[in-house]
Amino acid sequence: MNIINFTPVSAFLGGSLIGLAVVIFFVFNGRLIGISGIASNFLNSKDNRFDNFLFLLGLILGPIIYKVFTEQEINISISNSFILLAVAGLLVGAGTRIGGGCTSGHGISGIGRFSLRSIVATITFMIVGILTVWIKNLI
Amino acid sequence: MDKKFNMSKIVSLICGIIFGIGLTISQMIDPAKVLGFLNIFGDWDPSLAFVMIGALIISSPFFHLFKNNKKPIFADSFSYSNNKELNKKLIIGSSLFGAGWGLAGLCPGPAIASLALFNTSSIIFVITMFVGFYLVKLSDLTTQAR
Repeated sequence: MNIINFTPVSAFLGGSLIGLAVVIFFVFNGRLIGISGIASNFLNSKDNRFDNFLFLLGLILGPIIYKVFTEQEINISISNSFILLAVAGLLVGAGTRIGGGCTSGHGISGIGRFSLRSIVATITFMIVGILTVWIKNLI
Repeated sequence: MDKKFNMSKIVSLICGIIFGIGLTISQMIDPAKVLGFLNIFGDWDPSLAFVMIGALIISSPFFHLFKNNKKPIFADSFSYSNNKELNKKLIIGSSLFGAGWGLAGLCPGPAIASLALFNTSSIIFVITMFVGFYLVKLSDLTTQAR
């Protein structure tokens, strides 16, 4: 194991903003942020559909606002194998619905409430994610 | 009632924006960063653990302060799942999610936020993710109908 590209300060700052969004949504709207829940309910349920739409719109506006105010480019690199992306997308979509949450819903909102169910879910997807990357790097 | 109704919409938009900026600053929006975090057995980038630590330090105290019989400011009641079940579905679903996360380096929040960058990869991932949401909804409906 080698440690590389370590950026704990920006990660902590960004994480704190994510926590702030979770707090505001909870205290004002009485709901927990779980992106897979918000996104799938936007698709599948009439309840709070416009709220969910506005949240998702904000999620997309966030990086744009960051770019405008900081005048910094946002660099990301994603696999360009479309088949792999489609398989991964299906797995993430189905998996988060079957398991009832994703990195935000279980990993932050759930663990923040000390929910054992969310702790188990987070440990599970972390371990499987780590194993998947490990296997992928072997091939 | 009406005022509350409209204010909750503004809060939703603002929370989405703050969340999206948080994903950008932390670089969680970058799948390469996520894959580096999951690559414990290779060149490991532990940064994203600090995203979780930051988010939990800020949010956790408020859950505990507000959970008992207080009303949210712009809604009539708190509404969230308080499911405590530990079952096969939780493990299977979380495993499938973990596999997809490890394959592409994208989970739902960063995937949707990265639509801001207009790249085809994000669009393909998000569309198929929504197909996944829909398929589970369909199969739920069929099981309920039986």
